[in-house]
Order: sequence, then C-alpha cells, then structure tokens
Amino acid sequence: MFEGVPLSWFLILSTVMFFVGVYGFLVRKNLITMLMSIELILNSVCINFVAFNKILYPEHMEGMFFTIFIIAVAAAEASVAIAIIINIYRRIVNIDVEKMDEMKY
Amino acid sequence: MTSNQFMFLLFSAVIVIFSILTVTTRRILRAATFLLFVLVSTAGLYFLLQYNFLAAIQLTLYAGGIVVLIIFSILLTSHIAEKLPAAGLMKKWPAALVSLIGAALCIVVILQYNFPGSVGSTERVNVRLIGESLINYGRYGYALPFEVISILLIAAMIGAIVLAKKRKD
Repeated sequence: MFEGVPLSWFLILSTVMFFVGVYGFLVRKNLITMLMSIELILNSVCINFVAFNKILYPEHMEGMFFTIFIIAVAAAEASVAIAIIINIYRRIVNIDVEKMDEMKY
Repeated sequence: MTSNQFMFLLFSAVIVIFSILTVTTRRILRAATFLLFVLVSTAGLYFLLQYNFLAAIQLTLYAGGIVVLIIFSILLTSHIAEKLPAAGLMKKWPAALVSLIGAALCIVVILQYNFPGSVGSTERVNVRLIGESLINYGRYGYALPFEVISILLIAAMIGAIVLAKKRKD
C-alpha cells in the first residue's frame, strides 16, 4: 500500500498495458508500429519493477536500477531497429513484414 | 479518495486509453503521438512514486529520444496522409482473444495473491546515492551491469552507423 494505492492496482495497470502491446504486435504489419508495441511492453515491465521496489522494499533500489537499464536497452534496441528498417526501406521501398521474403527460401 | 489515488487513476486512465489507441489507430503518425502520451503519463506515475531521477530519465530518453527517433523514421518511410490498411478479421480476433485470455489470467492471479503492505520508510532517493551505487562493486553495487550497458550502447551505436551508411555498390 503506497499511501492509499495498493500494489495490485499497479500490477493490473501494467498487465493491461502489456497485453495491449501483445495485441498490437500480433495485429500490426508495419515494422514501425510493431516497434511501438514493443516499447509499450517494455514500459509496462518498467512500471512493475518500480511499483514492486517502492511498495514492498522501499529501503532498496534494485527495481529502480533495473528500470534504468531497461530504458538504456530500449534506446539501443530502437536505434538499431530503426537503422535496419531504413535499410530495408531503401532496398524494397516498403516496410510491411509480409513483403520481406527475400531471404526466406 | 485520497489525492494519490485520484492521480493514480488519472494517469492509469490516460495510459490505458492511449495505449489502446496506439495499437488500433490507422494513421501511423497519430500512433506515435499517442505513444508519447503513454510514456509521459508513465513518467507521471514515477513522479507519484517519488522516483524523480527515474521520471526525468523517462522523460528525456523515452519521450525525448525514442519517440523523436520513431517520428523521424515514420517521416522517412511513409507519407503523412497515408492510412494503414485495416487488419483482417481473421488476424484481429485470434490476437484479441489471446490478449484478453492472458490479461484475464494475470489479473485473476494478481487479485488472489495477498501482497504484504509497505513496511519501510518512504524517504526519497537522492541522486548522490544513485551515482555511488552505479560505480560501487561491493554489495548493492551495480558496476558490472553499468559496464555491460556501456558496451551495449557502443555496440548499438556502431551497428546503427554501419547499417544506415550508404553503400557504394
């Protein structure tokens, strides 16, 4: 309980956000919108870490540091993914996942 | 209802509504803007939990860096007025079913588990302590993950430059 807000509220919020991200990842075909769904999923995990840290173990800082590292990994992942996406766009002038079958067979 | 509860409900309503809009809107630039709203209200949640440094990182790196990067790549790869094709029903319903079942299972488990209440003090984390923990290699120190993240960032930077460079064929 954080001054009136129970831990389960945070967990329910991040669960909803995570599965909205999963839905977007399964439904979307554009590469950039799929990347945005992944950002949603990472963000919901960050909320989980921070809420557990603050409400159950307020004297430690593990959750906060893991959130910082997750944000750094997300930044690295987004930069490399966007470089790949722009490279693909240069090659086939399209970024739909279903049109990328050049290396498939 | 306390003010903390009110602010939490406000932020979570913004997060839920705009994250659903992010994955369902058919205009890609609007999806990026809605993602920005979600990230900013997550930073608001961190402020509510009194992690000021973390909220600042969230604002500058996520909302300032990643969303700008995404918007740039959208402008490079698609036309602004272009609408994404709607997903087919055969794709939409299984995905919605999977996410609904997963969310329902997780929420049932969360509601059944009895979490203990907060025990310790709620003092604020100061930046000095964060910096000292990041370079400390003893107990509760994070020198090793810090170095690993540094190597990862350099590798990502070099990789991005090499990938996006123009080739002379």
